[in-house]
Amino acid sequence: MKAKKTKKPGAALRRPSPIWQLRLYVTGQTQRSQTALSNLKEVCEAHLEARYRITVVDLLKQPQLAKGDQILAIPTVVRKLPRPMRTVIGNLSNLDRVLVGLDLQRTAKP
Amino acid sequence: MKTKSPKFPSPATSLPKCRTGIQGLDEITGGGLPRGRPTLVCGGAGCGKTLLAAEFLVRGATQFGEPGVLMAFEETEKELTANVASLGFDLAGLVRRKKIVVDYVHIERSEMQESGDYDLEGLFVRLGHAIDSIGAKRVVLDTLEVLFSSLPNEAVLRSELRRLFRWLKEKGVTAVITAERGIGQLTRHGLEEYVSDCVIVLDHRVNDQIATRHLRVVKYRGALHGTNEFPFLIGDEGISVLPITSLGLNHHISSERIATGIPRLDAMLGGRGFFRGSSILLTGTPGTGKTIVSANFAHAACKRGERALFFSFEESPNQIIRNVHSIGLRLEPWVKRGLLRFHSARPSLYGLEMHLATMFREIAAFKPDVVVVDPITSLMDSGTASESKGMVTRLIDYLKAGQVTSLFTSLTQGGHALQQSESAMSSLMDAWLLLQDFEGNGERNRVFYVLKARGMAHSNQIREFLISNHGIDIVDAYIGASGVLTGSARVAQGDLEKAAVLVNQQEAARLKREVERKRTAIERQISGLRSEYEAEAEELRRIAEQVGTSTLMLTTERAASGRLRQADVKAPDITRNRAGRIGRAN
Repeated sequence: MKAKKTKKPGAALRRPSPIWQLRLYVTGQTQRSQTALSNLKEVCEAHLEARYRITVVDLLKQPQLAKGDQILAIPTVVRKLPRPMRTVIGNLSNLDRVLVGLDLQRTAKP
Repeated sequence: MKTKSPKFPSPATSLPKCRTGIQGLDEITGGGLPRGRPTLVCGGAGCGKTLLAAEFLVRGATQFGEPGVLMAFEETEKELTANVASLGFDLAGLVRRKKIVVDYVHIERSEMQESGDYDLEGLFVRLGHAIDSIGAKRVVLDTLEVLFSSLPNEAVLRSELRRLFRWLKEKGVTAVITAERGIGQLTRHGLEEYVSDCVIVLDHRVNDQIATRHLRVVKYRGALHGTNEFPFLIGDEGISVLPITSLGLNHHISSERIATGIPRLDAMLGGRGFFRGSSILLTGTPGTGKTIVSANFAHAACKRGERALFFSFEESPNQIIRNVHSIGLRLEPWVKRGLLRFHSARPSLYGLEMHLATMFREIAAFKPDVVVVDPITSLMDSGTASESKGMVTRLIDYLKAGQVTSLFTSLTQGGHALQQSESAMSSLMDAWLLLQDFEGNGERNRVFYVLKARGMAHSNQIREFLISNHGIDIVDAYIGASGVLTGSARVAQGDLEKAAVLVNQQEAARLKREVERKRTAIERQISGLRSEYEAEAEELRRIAEQVGTSTLMLTTERAASGRLRQADVKAPDITRNRAGRIGRAN
């Protein structure tokens, strides 16, 4: 896994908020994947306040990784942690759908 | 199955083909699927799409050295492996040896949210990776349409599928895409719009409670193909499509003759029995002894040291053995020695095609010289008339190709219609024997005749067919002024004739005695006359002797008196004269 950006400033503020692990699957540096990454970062910053880690997987370089998370659509975000696994496909331009898809609302509003 | 390539245009002038290795399919398509192009296989649930696709891959990997990728959208690798194992394919082993890659694609819609636009590049990446990892030449996508229910945006999906098929063509892989049959169109989601090079439709129909699978090549761009619907079946060794139309009529023909086990029947067939490799139909109403004739036939084959295979669709092997034992035919030693094999199955157990496949397999495994099918009619009831005729054609063809002599019994109901109802099948047969009941005088008697026997002189006579403790006996039926007589009528007629002969004999004997008596009487008369005559002759002789003696004495006395009177000697003359007189009297 290639860690592109990691933000983990200090200790977590509250107990029930472990580090989120998100994986973004892309194929090369396309416009769509760039948009998806920036959208994802934006959402995470707004709701998770640095309690997250995003891993970007380029399937052109590591095609064998597509099988594991059942990737078909590009781009795809997979929430590996916390369980259960959740998936959002698309460039994440629809914010509400991203929040629902990643189940962020609940955690975000304590 | 005989696989002689049918006459299709030479491959040089037509599309390059990719052989599937599936029995019969290559014949219909004239050499296989279009190489380097996608083929759509569509059909309803349970008609064998996945198996056909899997067999295409497995045969490619094992027989043609073409590795393949199976992208499964419905079944996991484990499930697929288990499913195709029933066809005798070792999918797991092929995957281990890197001949086949199985990629299970699964999308759970409930776990997925869509936000913004996307494409299916991930699918391309996965497929491309799988193809490149083993250098695959064949690709199966089973069933791509699942994506329509897992991905919310159909417009994206459609454009991506269009791209996918173009991409597959560019890759140069021969692809098989399976799809569900839709209403009013070939596939539920109109995939035929994208895959337009070759479309094969599979169908699973139930006719009279018996299901039969059919295959049809709807479309094959740039190539001739069989357009008919062909029955196919899924057996232990994969799919076999059974094209009747591809069967040729060019068997090796033997002029060797084999005995039937009934000497009198052999005599009716020019004295030497049937030709080896011929097909014989034995028609009869119920209870006319068809099974017994068949058992005799098998028995005779085993006695010659040949192998006989007995397909029985009504009786169990033990029942047949017991029943024919009652007429003094012992089959179990042959079974024990491995010369005779029974295969019993209920006709309704499975469809016609399955029966045919089972029979083919049995025949291929046992390699018999003689095959008996008892009765073929109950088997034919499991399909429609044309299906059954097709099946019998294929069976006969298969047997003839292997120089196997076959005897089919056919059960018919009484009446004259029986010959008509059999006409469809009988034209396929080389010889046709008919067993029939004759009713009359309060009894039923079996008669037997040879209706046809191609290529040999045969008797045109109706014979009476007797089954006794010692086996089968065929006797001449009495044919006279009052028609054909059988059974007790024949015996009675025989007795009448015997009585008439006896009367004649007695009359002749009486006449003979009379003549004899006359003869003795005459002889007696003759002998009486003769003795009378002899008595007279004796008397005459006695008298003559007396005369002779007295003459001599007279002469002697005269000579003596002459001497006394000194007379000259003249006595000899006198004696001679007297002697001449005596001779006359004699």
